[in-house]
Amino acid sequence: MTDRLALSGITKRYPGVVANDDVSLNVAPGEIHAVLGENGAGKSTLMKVIYGAVRPDAGEIRVDGARVEVRTPLEARRLRISMVFQHFSLFETVTVAENVWLGLDRSLSLAQVRERITATAGEYGLELDPLRPVHTLSVGERQRVEIVRALLAEPRLLILDEPTSVLTPQAVERLFETLRRLAATGCSVLYISHKLDEIRTLCTRCTVMRGGRVTGVVDPRTESNASLSRLMIGAEPPPLVHRAARSGEVALAVRGLTLGRQGPFGVDLDDVSLEVRAGEVLGVAGVSGNGQQELLAVLCGEDLRAPPGAVVLLGRDAHRVGPRRRRERGLHFVPEERLGRGAVPTLSLAHNLLLTRREAVGRGGWIATRRLAAQAQALIARFGVKARGALAPARSLSGGNLQKYIMGREIDAEPKVLVVAQPTWGVDVGAAAQIRAALLALRDAGCAVLMVSEELDELFELSDRLVVIARGRVSPPIARADATVERIGEWMSGLWPGGPAGVAAGAPQASRVAPAPAPSPETAA
Amino acid sequence: MIAFEPRAEPSRAMAWLSPLIALAITVAVAALLFALLGRDPVRGLSMFLWQPLNGARAVSEVLLKSTPLVLCALGLALCFRANVWNIGAEGQFLLGAIAGGGLALWFTANQIAIDRWAFFPLAIVAGALGGMAWAAIVALLRDRFSANEILVSLMLVYVANLLLSWLVFGPWKDPKGFNFPQTMSFSADTQMPRIVQGLRVHWGLAVALLAAVAVWAFMFRTFRGYQLQVGGLAPAAARYAGFSSRRALWTALLASGGLAGVAGAFEATGPMGQLTPHVSTGYGFTAIIVAFVGRLHPLGCVFGSVLLSMFLIGGELSQSRLGLPSALTGVFQGVLLFSLLACDTLIQHRPVWRRRPAARGAVA
Repeated sequence: MTDRLALSGITKRYPGVVANDDVSLNVAPGEIHAVLGENGAGKSTLMKVIYGAVRPDAGEIRVDGARVEVRTPLEARRLRISMVFQHFSLFETVTVAENVWLGLDRSLSLAQVRERITATAGEYGLELDPLRPVHTLSVGERQRVEIVRALLAEPRLLILDEPTSVLTPQAVERLFETLRRLAATGCSVLYISHKLDEIRTLCTRCTVMRGGRVTGVVDPRTESNASLSRLMIGAEPPPLVHRAARSGEVALAVRGLTLGRQGPFGVDLDDVSLEVRAGEVLGVAGVSGNGQQELLAVLCGEDLRAPPGAVVLLGRDAHRVGPRRRRERGLHFVPEERLGRGAVPTLSLAHNLLLTRREAVGRGGWIATRRLAAQAQALIARFGVKARGALAPARSLSGGNLQKYIMGREIDAEPKVLVVAQPTWGVDVGAAAQIRAALLALRDAGCAVLMVSEELDELFELSDRLVVIARGRVSPPIARADATVERIGEWMSGLWPGGPAGVAAGAPQASRVAPAPAPSPETAA
Repeated sequence: MIAFEPRAEPSRAMAWLSPLIALAITVAVAALLFALLGRDPVRGLSMFLWQPLNGARAVSEVLLKSTPLVLCALGLALCFRANVWNIGAEGQFLLGAIAGGGLALWFTANQIAIDRWAFFPLAIVAGALGGMAWAAIVALLRDRFSANEILVSLMLVYVANLLLSWLVFGPWKDPKGFNFPQTMSFSADTQMPRIVQGLRVHWGLAVALLAAVAVWAFMFRTFRGYQLQVGGLAPAAARYAGFSSRRALWTALLASGGLAGVAGAFEATGPMGQLTPHVSTGYGFTAIIVAFVGRLHPLGCVFGSVLLSMFLIGGELSQSRLGLPSALTGVFQGVLLFSLLACDTLIQHRPVWRRRPAARGAVA
């Protein structure tokens, strides 16, 4: 049988890096094919080549045997190749149907589009109301909009880029069901991921990439996580030794915090309470956009609207204490966005120290530049950051190295409380292992660590206790030993005893496990 | 076909070369323009590039015009680095001129004798306060009501112009001035001390150069200056660090207003020697170009000021000697800024020659 998609010898060079080096890839009709690799392995570039967003320097693309040149995404769509990007491109203020309509030819009326959305959504078990405005949708629902939009083009090949990073485990299951149904109709699926378990459950073939090259084509169902990760990173990361926590006093506490949203698309925090003790890691699980940003802003002092007594830091009320003074009291924070928030992209590593460290600022506010550079150099050496030196601009570093530097900057300050968001997001496996080990070492030194993460693996690996945040509310804590993926997954939909899913019915939900939808009266009309 | 490819790292060489390339382009356009206007391009260019430096008197005039440009541009560079888009230095300049000139007028009208060197610092303080007051309006409206500082500062230029006109048409008009809209000439006591007898360049130039050093030290050697720039480069990082954006706003605007105000006071009590509706010839606006040509760097602002002041004088010369409109200055300023912004692409991108793609069809 002719391959649906056949790439051979694809090469794409960027200044200073070869993103794709002689890459070949073959996808059969109706096959769910995984492309596995670390961040920076060249997966995204390869997908952009297929989708016409990037032109390769060499190599050829064949679709159903015919050689094609895909110069623009429009040409890709004409070849019936659809793509669902990691970051959604939806207009928040208009409805689902209008969003889909915008991406289609003008030949259909809005009413026809509504009908087709409902029909397609029903066919693949995707629950979706075409009349809902997008800003009321959860992330999982937004992804369904993207998928339905892609499916309306009746694709021969559907590309999904890291589709599960924003989904609860239950929503992942439903996505997989949809993809299997789609594959059964003969459509090929290219599934980009770095999550080994998912690939082993879903995919029938897997192309593994490392450093821009293909390192293997295997059947993931017959491989183990260890063998796949060897292909992916060339070596297995050292196993993390996690000793039991010896937790002490409560270091950071939030008590009964209720806070209205600041922007139209923010999340209200609703009666949030949590405690982190010295010497423990408290993991905060949850699908992104459920109040994590809002909670972090309160914890680190960027949002000072909390009422008295709602935020207690090391036994003292901190509700009106800004980030700088919180840092002086021992609370350090590592934000999720590294470039632009955790570091100023154009400034040197040395100057980026001054964001949170004052050692090189002398009397009268003069900066001791030599001392600053020496301090940065010491951090680079201590945390194994790969950089040209203390004067290299922050943006010249890879994501993992910059994260190591930022983590190092905060850990080196010997904080009493460390609040960290997505510590290893977009970081390669080696650096991630190093960062996780550093977090545990900090915990063992008696620091209270609060970690917000969307990666369940990471949460289970590092946390001593877990809480779940869903729709602005925080679940009661649960010891890691008592937590299971299923349970945390349910809680991520707000389904803990007394959680928001049990209280408020009818509001948008992250991923309710519900039967396939019946067409609503409006769409039938 | 030329394509632009992103560089792995911004080119330091291009950061320096870009203003020079922009200048070369401007010179080329100027030469072309002179040729089209039927003038000798070499002679035309010499009006802008050589005549302004030919002789002590000419250099003195260039430095005289550079002084207000340096002062205004330094403040603007600070503002722009802090992401505060103050484009109303012209208005702050005028208020400084009103304050400094008003003080000189008061000494003159009341016939109070004062030493020239005693009045000099008084003029600086008066001018600074005038400019700061005008900039404070911008800061206050932005701070309290989130009013856009670009619009507010620009519109306050017109208010300042009208205020000055009202003063010189009304209460401050010289009673013996044949009803011309101007104040009486300031007494010799209150005029700026000159550096060389017989040349108009005054000690305000030294103040401007000292200000450049001070602004450099503030920008690159103090924690306050660092905080200000982080606010401009990455507002989210500034919030994360806990740097106050309000303080940055006020610091940048007050410093910028103060510097522009000092420039205004120097102009009123220096070369003008009285107040008229035309104290400024657009120094506050020209300084925006100076700040960008100077890469928002104090040293660059000094060089940029000299260049733009040569342009100003070149325009006047080509009017008087070649019979061309002095609006040429504006054209060349525009071409310079335009080419500079275009050349700045080269800092982040590098040009590559690429053959046109051979195959045209989707299916080859």
